[in-house]
Amino acid sequence: MTDVVDPAVGTALAFDQVGMTFPDGTEAVAEVSFAVGRGEFVTVVGPSGCGKSTLLKIASGLLEPTRGSVSIDRERIGYVFQDPTLMPWRTVSGNVELLAELHGIPRAERRELAQRAIDLVGLRGFERHHPKSLSGGMRMRCSLARTLTLRPPIMLFDEPFGAVDEITREHLNEETLQIFLQEGFAGLFITHSIFEAVFMSSRVIVMSARPGRVVADHAVPFPYPREPDLRFDAEFARICGEISTDLRAVHR
Amino acid sequence: MSRVIEHSEHSYPVGGDPLGGADSLALIEPPTVRPAAQRSRGVRVVAAVVPPLVLAGCLVGVWFFAHHVWLSARRKFLIPPPTKVVRESYLKWDNTSTILEGLVSTVRVAAIGLSISIALGIAIAVLMSQSKLIERAVFPLMVVVQATPILALTPIIAIVLGTNQTSRVLVCVLITIFPITLNTLYGLVSAEGGLHDLVTLHHGGRLTRLRKVMFPAALPLLFAGLRIAAGLSVIGAIVGDFFFGRGDVGLGQLMKRYSLNTNEIPLLYGTTLVAAALGVTVFLSFGALQNAVIGKWHDSRSGGGH
Repeated sequence: MTDVVDPAVGTALAFDQVGMTFPDGTEAVAEVSFAVGRGEFVTVVGPSGCGKSTLLKIASGLLEPTRGSVSIDRERIGYVFQDPTLMPWRTVSGNVELLAELHGIPRAERRELAQRAIDLVGLRGFERHHPKSLSGGMRMRCSLARTLTLRPPIMLFDEPFGAVDEITREHLNEETLQIFLQEGFAGLFITHSIFEAVFMSSRVIVMSARPGRVVADHAVPFPYPREPDLRFDAEFARICGEISTDLRAVHR
Repeated sequence: MSRVIEHSEHSYPVGGDPLGGADSLALIEPPTVRPAAQRSRGVRVVAAVVPPLVLAGCLVGVWFFAHHVWLSARRKFLIPPPTKVVRESYLKWDNTSTILEGLVSTVRVAAIGLSISIALGIAIAVLMSQSKLIERAVFPLMVVVQATPILALTPIIAIVLGTNQTSRVLVCVLITIFPITLNTLYGLVSAEGGLHDLVTLHHGGRLTRLRKVMFPAALPLLFAGLRIAAGLSVIGAIVGDFFFGRGDVGLGQLMKRYSLNTNEIPLLYGTTLVAAALGVTVFLSFGALQNAVIGKWHDSRSGGGH
């Protein structure tokens, strides 16, 4: 089912006619085909229950699609969940080190990788804190740092900033983009927010209600790095409007 | 209302740059919390200690009242006054040493029984968490053991194994293993689904999953089970000893003996108080152990505000 992506092609992830029908008969996604190239940041928006999260689970291998195939290098996938999913019994550095630990990387190197990721997300100074003493935004940054330790060539984001307040969310968006530029991974991002989608992405894909199909693919031509003020740009508003119109059409 | 606000201050940075690095350190613990806690520390200790002491004092008063006023002269021996209980039980060395020896025997039985239960209970819980088949086979059996009154089992144990220390230990194991196994099992399966996904994504094996995710996640519930089981182990040791009535003399046998002799009724009360003190000590020790092991990351009920 899964082919390893040829690095020469420059595609980090490709869905080919992917369909998913759950054992209970629910058809979550149908005939989904699109690719995410290296250095691309692609966001999928769509109504609730259109199978956006299912797509990420299929991409990562947590779910096997019932039709079609996925091309991705499964060795080092970064997966940022909707919730921070931290281990409450571990400190920030303990949590961030987890993945390196699972891959059997020796302690000294693990420490280094974790410290680098902690610095990247701006959590320096909080290494010895337990999750219970962190704010919602900080927990999410810790989760992000954990994913970054292994320097994954592709990052999957499952609506990660949905639960934090708006200002924190905007900061996290900008910060994630900065890391995206620094690390050079390919990003596949899921969100409900059109503004978040357009601000972050080089492409925005619109999916229909269940079963989720790709109905539109908008290029977002703004260059990176992007300034926070981009959100008030007229062209930005126009693209948001177009996507909003697409979403209204599929949101019955 | 004020509690809610206080809580939200814990969870979210208030003011300042929410993305700031070290400078948002102060936001984790609002400056208002620490001084307030320091100022009220003495007050809180008093508030925690005084009410139960007052209530206990009232109960001792009722005890005196029962002896001096309530009971007729002919029946006063049934409830000896606390002063006499203390004098007879704890100030006469012969009696005190007998009770202490009984205490040592009971503690030994309870400790052995509890240790076996902990080892066996955790092992069974781990097996149950790893295989649905084992869970389905073992669970109904555990319920049967738990639901059978221990007094109904003691005659069978006495017939089969005799009335030695092994039998008393078995009684302890039978009544303590259920809370340990069940709590550990619930704890093992309580880990967040996302953490399991994470282990799956990074090709972690069964043992890794158990060691890094399931077992630490089980600790809070495991400790809850331990505290219940520890108290039960004392009861088991005493009930077994009381019923079997032979061998090494523990608190149970002493209670039985003292209850049969009018002159020794003050000692019955004295022994019962020692048994109560043992139960409380065990309960508190396991609470302290829990705080020491998981207090840093888990808010336990007994911890109160921090």
